[in-house]
Amino acid sequence: MSLLEVRDLKKHFPIRTGVFKRTTGYVYAVDGVSFTVEKGETMGLVGESGGGKSTVGRTVLRLTEATGGDVSFEDIDVMKASRSQMITLRKDMQIVFQDPYASLNPRMRIRDIVGEGLKIHGIGTEAERKKRVADLLETVGLNSEHAERYPHEFSGGQRQRIGIARALSLNPKLIVLDEPVSALDVSIRAQVLNLLEDLQDEFGLTYLFVSHDLSVVKHISDRVAVMYLGKIVEISDSAVLYDMPQHPYTEALLSAVPIPDPHTERSRRRIVLEGDVPSPANPPSGCVFHPRCPRAHEICTTAMPKLVSTDDAGLRHQMACYFPARFVDGKRVVSDKPYTDALPEPKA
Amino acid sequence: MAERLLTVKDLSTHFFTHAGVVKAVNGVSFTLDRGETIGIVGESGSGKTVAAMSLMRLIPDPPGKVVEGSLMLGEKNLRTIDDDEMRAVRGNDIAMIFQDPMTSLNPVMKVGKQIAEAVMLHQHKGKTEAWQMAADLLARVGIPDADKRINQYPFEFSGGMRQRVMIAMAISCNPDVLIADEPTTALDVTIQAQIIDVVREMQAQFDSGVILITHDLGVIAEISDKVMVMYGGRTVEYGPVDEIFYNAHHPYTWGLLASLPRLDESVKKRLTPILGQPPNLITLPPGCPFTARCPYRRQQCRDNWPDHENVGPDHGVHCWIPVEERLTIRGDLRQFKEPAA
Repeated sequence: MSLLEVRDLKKHFPIRTGVFKRTTGYVYAVDGVSFTVEKGETMGLVGESGGGKSTVGRTVLRLTEATGGDVSFEDIDVMKASRSQMITLRKDMQIVFQDPYASLNPRMRIRDIVGEGLKIHGIGTEAERKKRVADLLETVGLNSEHAERYPHEFSGGQRQRIGIARALSLNPKLIVLDEPVSALDVSIRAQVLNLLEDLQDEFGLTYLFVSHDLSVVKHISDRVAVMYLGKIVEISDSAVLYDMPQHPYTEALLSAVPIPDPHTERSRRRIVLEGDVPSPANPPSGCVFHPRCPRAHEICTTAMPKLVSTDDAGLRHQMACYFPARFVDGKRVVSDKPYTDALPEPKA
Repeated sequence: MAERLLTVKDLSTHFFTHAGVVKAVNGVSFTLDRGETIGIVGESGSGKTVAAMSLMRLIPDPPGKVVEGSLMLGEKNLRTIDDDEMRAVRGNDIAMIFQDPMTSLNPVMKVGKQIAEAVMLHQHKGKTEAWQMAADLLARVGIPDADKRINQYPFEFSGGMRQRVMIAMAISCNPDVLIADEPTTALDVTIQAQIIDVVREMQAQFDSGVILITHDLGVIAEISDKVMVMYGGRTVEYGPVDEIFYNAHHPYTWGLLASLPRLDESVKKRLTPILGQPPNLITLPPGCPFTARCPYRRQQCRDNWPDHENVGPDHGVHCWIPVEERLTIRGDLRQFKEPAA
């Protein structure tokens, strides 16, 4: 049994215009996303802005209500959970936000920020909570005396540690990490990534790690899902995905990341995608990637391919493309015959 | 030898605030030749942007002031020329691409006008001609339908397209020096790749010198010829790009390289972070600003700033650790032991 199971998750934000705020369209932020996260693993969600990765993280926790689909956490149906069930569930599912400057209330002391969850759930006495907060601060590499201070007294990296301490306070099983290191400088980023790895080992945590930074996602994740315009286009074990990407978007994304090594950089061939990411309010017909895809054919404009695995890749590696790169005897092959297994089932 | 465009010597820029003197830049020196790209790398607060703004004389005064140093653009002394001359230098000789394309364009002015304005001002062209040039420039930086796009407003452009507009504006007067301040930080990676290509093409076409400010060592590795590593307002190390990546001499440079997760790493290794927090620029020690975080610090580090020491062709470092000892320490560091294949 997976810890978290997401099936066909959809989140469409209505676009309201005019005096009467009539709904004139939808932003298809997340459009039919399915994946599972096993206990103790780190699942990375990666993609460019507008891909819907943050929305997936938030919808899973019901911080925004989904438009459709199912989410089950330890076999509990999160989408149908009542208010009181949700309160209990939230103990097990926590989140760390991207912006350490905006996600801590500037008027609250660190003690109250980190201890708020404990208080809400009525855990321990005042003195026990105080002790717990002090322990948590030590766990994330801060000083227990810091509890009496206010957020503005801390640097970005320290604030992110406070956000992590807050997420840890209720002993959660799953933590959604929404771009947790994107706002931090490189030297501080490494500190926080190491801390997250240590905490995972110590408390057996499961992470859903959302980031646009492929190097970071590769470093921390066991499995990675690549998102583009609200869909998962490829999902696989981290090492496999980076070594043998099958989807053209994954290939382009990987090749676009500059590597901090001048020799490597000079010898690399880069796939530069043309154009911009289309608006999720008006996604292209057929495969969402086809207008920018260097391998687009006629068939790509007809229907979005479904996530399938090719026989050479193994079941844990799935992609949604009619012209995937295949790896036959270690050699990369791209056929110009469409891979028909990826054709979606006709709608009933 | 290539033509020397810019010589900066001992530049210091301080901000005089109520809380104290913020020593943003302290004695920074570098040179820029025609056709060359120098990358300035460092974390937030290391002084990279302030150094560039000082060149453009764009430091708000008060509270900021260039307190020391000489800034020579060819024969022109950028510290002593009057404001009118400086205005002619900006745009004409030195142009700047800012980090945030969302806020650096005027939202209520057509992009064509924003570009044409600079052309009319600096090259004394008529309106029709300037607008035509604006359209040509947009086409040149890879904006499709440039003739139509010049009549649109910034909100009708995506982030990557706005950054192209910024580049078009910067190159409109064919500047000798192009300063790009984190030009791709606000952009997605696939768009970043496009913009880097545009900058490179423009540099090749105009044979400009480029100063690229970034915190991303990947971008530095990709397009720089020379690198200057800044920390706490000081240059701790500078040299040709290969020297900085493969023969680094400063503990901060080592730390930066070791703390990066890398896409080309096949085995998952634990990162080696730089411990501690970035320095407070008001209470900097008189010596090396990296002292507090340096694992190899010694007695004299905090109080005395080491002289520049040559460790290779055009490769200099400021560090108190004797060179033999430095090489021994470095030999034990993981990232120099196992160079990525």
